[in-house]
Amino acid sequence: MTTPRIVITGMGLVTPLGHDVETVWAGLLSCASGIGRIDHFDASTFPTTFAAQVKDYDYREFVKFPELHEGVGLNTSFALGAAAQAWRMAGLDTFDGLDRARLGIYLGSGEGSLDFENYVASNLAGWDADKRGIDGAKWAATATKMMTAVREIEQEPNMPLTHLAMEFDAQGPAYNCLTACAASTQAIGEATEILRRGDADVMITGGAHTMIHPLGVTGFNRLTALSNRNDDPQGAARPFSVDRDGFVMGEGSGMLIIETLEHAQARGATVLAEIAGYGSTADAYRITDIHPEGRGAAKSMNLALEDAGLGLETIDYISAHGTGTKENDSIETKAVKVVFGDRAKSIPMSSIKSMLGHLIAAAGAVEAIACVLAIRDQKLPPTHNLNSPDPECDLDYVANAARDAKVDVCLSNSFGFGGQNDTLIIRRA
Amino acid sequence: MTRSVVISGVGPVSGLGLGMDPTWEGVCAGRSAVGRIQAFDPSGFDCQLGVEVEPYKIGQYVPKSHRKATKVMARDIELAVIAADFAARDAGLKTKGTDPDAGKNGDFKPTYDQARVGCHIGAGLIAADLTELTGALIEARKDDGGFDIHKWGNEGMQHLTPLWLLKYLPNMLACHVTIIHDTQGPSNTITCGEASAILSIGESLRVIQRGKADLCFCGGAETKMNPMVYYRQQLTGRLTTTSNDDPAGAVRPFDQSAAGMVAGDGGGIVTLEAAETYEARGGENAYAQVVGFGASQSVNREAKNSEPDPQGLAVVSSVTAALREAGIGADQIDLVVGFGCGVPSWDRAEAAGYKVVFGDRLAEVPVVSLRSLVGNCGAGGGGLDVAVAAKALREQKVPAVANRDTPIDGLGPSAPAKDAELRYALVFNMGFGGQSTAMILKAMDR
Repeated sequence: MTTPRIVITGMGLVTPLGHDVETVWAGLLSCASGIGRIDHFDASTFPTTFAAQVKDYDYREFVKFPELHEGVGLNTSFALGAAAQAWRMAGLDTFDGLDRARLGIYLGSGEGSLDFENYVASNLAGWDADKRGIDGAKWAATATKMMTAVREIEQEPNMPLTHLAMEFDAQGPAYNCLTACAASTQAIGEATEILRRGDADVMITGGAHTMIHPLGVTGFNRLTALSNRNDDPQGAARPFSVDRDGFVMGEGSGMLIIETLEHAQARGATVLAEIAGYGSTADAYRITDIHPEGRGAAKSMNLALEDAGLGLETIDYISAHGTGTKENDSIETKAVKVVFGDRAKSIPMSSIKSMLGHLIAAAGAVEAIACVLAIRDQKLPPTHNLNSPDPECDLDYVANAARDAKVDVCLSNSFGFGGQNDTLIIRRA
Repeated sequence: MTRSVVISGVGPVSGLGLGMDPTWEGVCAGRSAVGRIQAFDPSGFDCQLGVEVEPYKIGQYVPKSHRKATKVMARDIELAVIAADFAARDAGLKTKGTDPDAGKNGDFKPTYDQARVGCHIGAGLIAADLTELTGALIEARKDDGGFDIHKWGNEGMQHLTPLWLLKYLPNMLACHVTIIHDTQGPSNTITCGEASAILSIGESLRVIQRGKADLCFCGGAETKMNPMVYYRQQLTGRLTTTSNDDPAGAVRPFDQSAAGMVAGDGGGIVTLEAAETYEARGGENAYAQVVGFGASQSVNREAKNSEPDPQGLAVVSSVTAALREAGIGADQIDLVVGFGCGVPSWDRAEAAGYKVVFGDRLAEVPVVSLRSLVGNCGAGGGGLDVAVAAKALREQKVPAVANRDTPIDGLGPSAPAKDAELRYALVFNMGFGGQSTAMILKAMDR
């Protein structure tokens, strides 16, 4: 039995550069930046005061059943808008032959944001200064007055999934994985495996996330993972540049409709691209550091190539994880050289995080969509802000301007905190 | 030809104890571990009951090389690490985690090549330790006692340890386990509430079947013994509030008098191995074979998915898919280890699904729910369920059915543990959100 080919038939984006695929893509090709001062909360005294936020967005403009989603968190609202776009692009809104039991979902979405104000108020009220600990009864007395059920329940990380299932009546295999910054790449890979095995006809896959809230920014600031370039937010995300000082937080969602080629053809769907390969590994190295030789990253790329049955010479473009942290960019460069050897320098590789910020769990899905568009338009999105390359980063990063190129096969990398590595190979169908 | 997969080791961790021995003794005795919450003063909550894992020293479960990293382990992570340690030792695996000499000599050889070992662990929404976080938040109080976010940004946050965030990322359960046991193959963290652990074990099954790994650590762990998590449970309206003075009888799965659930603490990790590599390494005492797996989603728009569809359609479809893969009919299932959280609407939907699958035979099939004994361990519960079902097949013994004097919808009543001929066991879990998953285990030929 041959493995069925899995194709992409729909895509949707809600990002800091816009709420539809074409606007975002045009922005990426013109080096637009979605980064600005944080206004979700008062971050004016934080070590980092800026991020890439989604602006002027209302999921109710996208969904058919808004009454099912009242009170959702930002993460779920992004997921709904992006998935609804993908659903329409795939022509599923007008197709009535779908077997709902064979419509699955595999997301790599993040948790919802804490109800920060009420949470902090409860914690402070519950503080027992003498014992230097929380008095459960005092904590409960405040929390039970202030917190609300919907707000709390919507924080569970399976909520974007649950809402998409309701919106699209999806009753097939349903998963959410949360492998930090690799999550949605992993989700697309695992959704592909479910289709290959014949356990569903169509999968909704991708990710949605925001960590632009006080404790999210606090957490990354304490890790010193964020750029502190507060006087130049739009210049702050500078992957592969010698003066890079960390990543910039983003938020949003990328969603795809994927299905077996056979199913897509039978219903006359337009095929946008094929998911040809998937690789996944763990560094198993350290909690805080990436393996210095990029062991897991290189292995992940090799596994994806092997899965796709494609040689090194077929790769036309690499969508980098490219966060803009000191560690990631040099080690990712090293890993690409380990895999591609002498050819590494002649493969263009860019990081759209330089414009969109880092959408954490959702980043990989957005980058996979950029790969599909690169194939469609034969154009490569640039790495913005790359004026002074790091000597350790000596590949072709498509610096500062989009480029026309022959693009048939793309490799997209995502690496997560904790040593999670995932790679997809996307090719012209 | 699909590769055959076995469960070679089990590591259950719950209020019944650490490892399979106390767990098995507890589930056979029908001993409830439910009690008044000790982790915090629960007097301000409607439900004051919980289930807590006994005190432990995490240092005992990690190799010396990883001791420092225990400082960045939330309790959920600790529970997963302990469960993985039990599973690896139970399976007789030599890893960097189980062999004290691993770090000392250069020619250490683990049982499996690291690249062929995977890790799939289900996790919940990990809550911050309130004492640690609030100890920093109070440094940013205004004169009137309120919170000053400017002060927090300027200085307050400096009171949090730099690695604070890493304690709370859900993938850190798998991350620590991959480092401790040096597993460098495919790894994932599934976060679908109570369905997480079985979905994770199912993903390990698929990874081994398609030849991407030979051994996987899989399952889940979660604690709900934190005021924030506990209160979130209360807000769902699913906790029992009428049994604070009767802990042992509080959770009554599939009983007409069921009044809700109790939140727990724990989970389970099992080791899955390709049968061929298990045998090649001399293994001859596997617990069971994993022969079927299915996943589905319940859609109940009327209840906005806060309850499953009352017909149990998702139960039927996931169980049917698992049966199909196993190549058996429902009449061949000898034991069900179900979800049975004790929340009436959830129990009834689950029972309705079983009724469709088993028909009139349902009353004769033992349907065990561990929630009556160990509470709802969230993302961890399925790991515990699979471990217990595997043990039941090995021992040829049905665990006790507890707290079911007036069963609903054609299920059998409470019963003591009993010896029985068991060939196939079905394990089923459902996450709050509607993710449903079923797994079928087959006894080893002996």
